[in-house]
Amino acid sequence: MIDFLYQLLLTFDATLRVATPLILCAMAGIFSERSGVVDISLEGKLLMGAFSAAAVTSVTGSPWIGLLAAIGASVFMSMLHGFACITHKGDQVVSGLAINILASGLTVVIGIALFHQGGQTPSLFGDQRFRKLELWFTDTFDAIPLFGTIYRELISGHSILTYAALLAVPLASLVLYRTRFGLRLRAVGEVPEAVDSAGISVSWLRYRALIVGGVLCGIAGAYLSISHGANFVREMSAGKGYIALAAVIFGNWRPVRALLACLLFGFLDAATPRLQGFEFPLIGEIPSQLMLAAPYIITVLLLAGFIGKPSPPAAIGQPYDK
Amino acid sequence: MSAATQNPTSGQNAARIALELKDVSKSFGLVRANRDINLKIEKGTIHGIIGENGAGKSTLMNILYGLHRADAGQMYVNEAEVSIRSSADAISQGIGMVHQHFMLVNMFSVLENVMLGSEGGSLLKDGKKATLKTLQHLADNYGMTVDPYALISDLNVGMRQRVEIIKALKGGADILILDEPTGVLTPQETKQLFEILNVLREDGVTILLITHKLAEIMEITDNVSIMRAGQMVGHRHTADTNPQELAELMVGRKVLLSVDKGAAKPGEVLLKVNNLEIYHERGHKELDDVSFEVRGGEIFGIAGVSGNGQTPLMEILAGMRVPSAGSFEVLGATVSKGTPKGPKEMRNMGVGHIPEDRHVHGLILDFEARENMILGFQDADVAGADFLFDSASITQHCQEQMDHYDVRPANPFLHAHSFSGGNQQKIVIAREMYEKPRVLIVGQPTRGVDVGAIEFIHKQLIALRDAGCAIVLVSVELEEVMGLADRIMVMNDGQKVGIVDAKDADTNTLGLMMAGLTSGEAA
Repeated sequence: MIDFLYQLLLTFDATLRVATPLILCAMAGIFSERSGVVDISLEGKLLMGAFSAAAVTSVTGSPWIGLLAAIGASVFMSMLHGFACITHKGDQVVSGLAINILASGLTVVIGIALFHQGGQTPSLFGDQRFRKLELWFTDTFDAIPLFGTIYRELISGHSILTYAALLAVPLASLVLYRTRFGLRLRAVGEVPEAVDSAGISVSWLRYRALIVGGVLCGIAGAYLSISHGANFVREMSAGKGYIALAAVIFGNWRPVRALLACLLFGFLDAATPRLQGFEFPLIGEIPSQLMLAAPYIITVLLLAGFIGKPSPPAAIGQPYDK
Repeated sequence: MSAATQNPTSGQNAARIALELKDVSKSFGLVRANRDINLKIEKGTIHGIIGENGAGKSTLMNILYGLHRADAGQMYVNEAEVSIRSSADAISQGIGMVHQHFMLVNMFSVLENVMLGSEGGSLLKDGKKATLKTLQHLADNYGMTVDPYALISDLNVGMRQRVEIIKALKGGADILILDEPTGVLTPQETKQLFEILNVLREDGVTILLITHKLAEIMEITDNVSIMRAGQMVGHRHTADTNPQELAELMVGRKVLLSVDKGAAKPGEVLLKVNNLEIYHERGHKELDDVSFEVRGGEIFGIAGVSGNGQTPLMEILAGMRVPSAGSFEVLGATVSKGTPKGPKEMRNMGVGHIPEDRHVHGLILDFEARENMILGFQDADVAGADFLFDSASITQHCQEQMDHYDVRPANPFLHAHSFSGGNQQKIVIAREMYEKPRVLIVGQPTRGVDVGAIEFIHKQLIALRDAGCAIVLVSVELEEVMGLADRIMVMNDGQKVGIVDAKDADTNTLGLMMAGLTSGEAA
């Protein structure tokens, strides 16, 4: 029993690690989609961020500069998306897909040109990565049974970017619901005409939402390649941007609910390897493919109306034309 | 008085002009929406701007509010020349606008909607307090009470408009533009709105009221300017004019304000409704035991405050919904829950339907006019006898109908949304009348339609009646029902209150019946 609980604890611990990029991307998606811009390009921004972080870090040796590069690259992709679908009123899904394809090709092409390792970047060592932080009092708390273990395994010992992701959720809530920017952002995603007639620029507001999204996706990308991983591998985002988008929908475009969705998806992901060959009573072994597909299945069920009714921002996907 | 473009205020004390336009022009491509507009508005008055749909009223207001930029001309606010390039500029000049279509976020509370754009700092906390104060102030001074924490989606149309007015006034606007404010209001709500406008005027606010309803101009404005085809064609003191003159100025020719029709010659019963009932999906009865007969060659009007069962009744008669109980016999066929007939079968039998809401049920706005002209008749020969559509025939058919019904512009390839309300309605009417229906269900035939088109539509309906068609007419415009119908049924709360002969009906009797206070037979 103790062993099972300990395994569960480790699974939760892994959940946090797997969910970090999902949470950051989901918050990015909430900002962008709440402003009325469909953000299917989370995936591309994540990938671009991951590549830029790893490439710049391997050249400069500083993960912080790598992080900045990731943010810069991801924001740049965001602005491309904005230029196409805010300024030129293009189709947001088409533009987003184009960003994803662009990122997928560009990262490999630049990677091969710079590092000649088949699209990968060189491995990073030691301080070149954001490593696990041991929080204060970890050793002191060890004396306390149960809590000490939970503190050491679950609370402490994560990358600073994981803590940043967890911090991003209350921050996103605060910005959306307690600030002027948030009020206008939510309004522009519902009735952009109301924002325009109040004398506020719809385009600039949406651009700002995309910038916030770009920053968050950049951090998520850096986490993948210079914190969780130790180099960039082609297609290393592996659909996480799409899962994050699913979490945004599942979370009904609200930060805390989206966080819970990310944790659920992260938990399924973290539990999959641990459940290999595990026989459940009555149902038997669950195929790992089914576990991997679970986020998508849940999202499809949700969209089909089996689990509650999603209420997307009313003006989402529509370019504003007065 | 001649249709001079002279302003009635000229020669008076010039310091009292709140807003002035000089030679303002605006074109969209080849369309000259506004041409050399000159307008002076006295401070503290209610100034009406009246004109048909498409006369350029909304364009002019959008220029005033900075949503469009004028191509030429000058604007003066309080006698100082201003350049208004955005709504932010307009707001800072003290101009507030209540748009025809509400600019409200339904998911937001009243408070959040009101503070949008003037949050008073990057955090909302202080702004909320200040906005609550403003709301209280407006409630105390103008009687504009509204619950700050109510969600917009929970408010009725009248209250939503009140929120819009509060939004326009919150920053201390002293020029208020209202674009067709009463189009969506009940008579009671309109009355409340006018009370508020009167208080505002006494308080020194200058109000611009854009409308195409003559009665409102006469009731509340001090001065009125008339627009036609992008130009100002006249300015009047309201006290010195009359509806007839205004209507002539608007349309550019004499208009019949009352409906001119001969006596009905009712034939055999074509539609017999027996104890119809239908339930709303939430469970309450929408239609309760309604029975009546309509003969060929008569117009059977249905009056009532909107939402008292008229809509479900029309939908049942058009085959769009199936009654829960009761039946109706139309042109020899019986329709009931057990033997339902869909819209297509109804149409094939000779039942036409001009729906209440042409944007939802009458037209596909993103389709071309010629496609809309065959909606519901897409299997008829006019659309092509073979498997494929016959594009030439469809275009020609549409062109003929447009010429016949005077749809402007008469271009079959324009999308339905490019036409004004009146011309959209003419397209629907042309389509529904083409097959010479023997029974016609008509809902709100002239809602949002300008004066010239109203007259035209009324004439068409009378002509169809005289050709022997049985017409069921539902309208919230009591005058329309009284003018057109030969017999009038009044509905209240899903029930038939009574049926009266149109020649015996007066507004007072019908009003009491609409309120459910008396039945017509007793009166």
